[in-house]
Amino acid sequence: MTTSSITAEVPRQRGGDAEAPVLEVRDLHVEFATREGVVKAVNGVNYSVSSGETLAVLGESGSGKSVTAQAIMGILDSPPGRVSKGEILFRGEDILKLPESERRKLRGPKMAMIFQDALSALNPVYSVGNQLGEMFRVHQGMSKKDAKAKAIDLMERVKIPAARSRVNDYPHQFSGGMRQRIMIAMALALEPDLIIADEPTTALDVTVQAQVMDLLADLQREYNMGLILITHDLGVVADVADKIAVMYAGRIVEQAPVHELYKRPAHPYTRGLLDSIPRLDQKGQELYAIKGLPPNLLKAPSGCAFNPRCPKAQDICRTEVPALLPVTERDGTELAGRGSACHFREEQLHG
Amino acid sequence: MTELTKSTSVAGDATAPAKGANAEAEPAIARVTQWGEIRHRFLANKLAVVGLGLVLLLFLTALFAPLLAPHDPYAQDLTNTLQDPGSGHLLGTDALGRDQLSRIIYGTRIAVVIGLASIFLACLIGIVIGALAGYFGRATDSVLMRIADVFFAFPLLIGAIVIIIVMGRGIMPVIISLAIFSWPTVSRLLRSSILSVREADYVLAARALGADTRRIIVRHIIPNSIAAVMAYAAFSVGGAIVAEASLSFLGVGVSPEVPEWGNMLAAAKDFMGVKDFLWTYPSIAIVLTVLGFVFVGDGLRDALDPKLR
Repeated sequence: MTTSSITAEVPRQRGGDAEAPVLEVRDLHVEFATREGVVKAVNGVNYSVSSGETLAVLGESGSGKSVTAQAIMGILDSPPGRVSKGEILFRGEDILKLPESERRKLRGPKMAMIFQDALSALNPVYSVGNQLGEMFRVHQGMSKKDAKAKAIDLMERVKIPAARSRVNDYPHQFSGGMRQRIMIAMALALEPDLIIADEPTTALDVTVQAQVMDLLADLQREYNMGLILITHDLGVVADVADKIAVMYAGRIVEQAPVHELYKRPAHPYTRGLLDSIPRLDQKGQELYAIKGLPPNLLKAPSGCAFNPRCPKAQDICRTEVPALLPVTERDGTELAGRGSACHFREEQLHG
Repeated sequence: MTELTKSTSVAGDATAPAKGANAEAEPAIARVTQWGEIRHRFLANKLAVVGLGLVLLLFLTALFAPLLAPHDPYAQDLTNTLQDPGSGHLLGTDALGRDQLSRIIYGTRIAVVIGLASIFLACLIGIVIGALAGYFGRATDSVLMRIADVFFAFPLLIGAIVIIIVMGRGIMPVIISLAIFSWPTVSRLLRSSILSVREADYVLAARALGADTRRIIVRHIIPNSIAAVMAYAAFSVGGAIVAEASLSFLGVGVSPEVPEWGNMLAAAKDFMGVKDFLWTYPSIAIVLTVLGFVFVGDGLRDALDPKLR
């Protein structure tokens, strides 16, 4: 599926079409061996990101969005976790076939990750300058002094006030927003081609969320990186993402350019997510919530994984797994970059 | 000022943004480092300071023994045996007329050397094995920990005696035999704290930024899990000194003519009830030394991890 083609109304397109995507995930399967059996956390995910493009991966806890990211980074806890099938192409090369030592060299200079909780993702026993500098010392063999100068540079780039005097402070001495900026600085240090941000703003309060998101978007534009933004917050992605992949029970259930998804969702689950955003103009009305709980991946429901919670489920939904297929306009023209894994995607789309 | 900047872990985080704002206005503000905070907590603990004083006294005595000792600890004076404490010999003389005070003072040297060296060696072995077991888990963990169990289950004195019989008497065999039976505790302590630390996000983050296994263990895991080991090490130097004195007392430690507290007790046991000063003063030396290390160990534990208190 050529998901890198984005409709004209998306403003943040920067010629990503011409080149091959930075990252392409093909039919990725990840399972975890547990005492109770094999948990199929990711079941055939496909997506791609080009330079300068932002893909938002949306889903509830346990939908497999973080596991996919960890598989891409090669930091799956294995065992128990393992990639059982699929390809992860980085600049056209399947990195799953690389030996671990080669993959490790990609992490940092080529791809980097931003974690949700910066307080726990920064080592408490080293100053932030030391940790930022570590990137240069490990990967570029830079001297301590030069690395520190680079660290101050980076801290200024992510707009930490008084960087020079704070470079020797420890993570716990920073506020949440500042810590997340340091995480971002660490990921950016070696100017990677791809950044995966795993819920980068979830641990922050709303005003700081917007600042950190803006910073991330600015830096991404500046460095022309591919960005995978993992989140469960629909509000966060609207302004920054180019396209969205919605995950449910280890599968992508819907894929679309960001504004189209908001305007016309083609999957009942996406519809449910959008309806459960509180809105000012619906004051006094009861807030919609998707009924039920996410499925237990040890014994996923037969057919469409969403069928037990779906308001529109039919018999076919309980027996046949819907594939992620393109959706079309009423006149039959295919909508670029869109796909939905619902038997009734057209009905859903056209309401 | 120090009150202002002293923030401990998460609890103090609420004040962090305020400090951030201050930072620019007051660049001269005293920065509190991790070690600074630990030192502060350690020095605030009275018992720990007493312990530190005792340990320092021990080290200084060992270092300056030739200057402090009034007599040659080896010099026998058969006309002056079993003198009561008093003039000429402050703590009396033993059955061979040797000055007790000088022998106690020189005894600090053996105590310090064997106590520190054996625990240092035990920590070296224990940290390597504990780190491997804790980080790699599964089969590595099981095998290494069962080996540790074997050494752990072996009675220290009997095991040490066997090793000394094989290796011959002397300082090195005592150090090695004490280390061989002390490392399992170190490795277990380290392993158990590594089990929680290796799941920490910063370990995952370090991997995501390309750090290799050696770097992750040495730089990210051990510094965050070493606190318990450091406290235990300080604590158990005292234990090693007692064990070393016990070996000498049993006649398998250092040679009997060497001024050493266990040797002195062994010689004194024949005069119990008759010349009690022969065993009381060496015993007091042992007790003060052990208490010193125990207080320091306790103080370190509290200072390194205030949550444990």
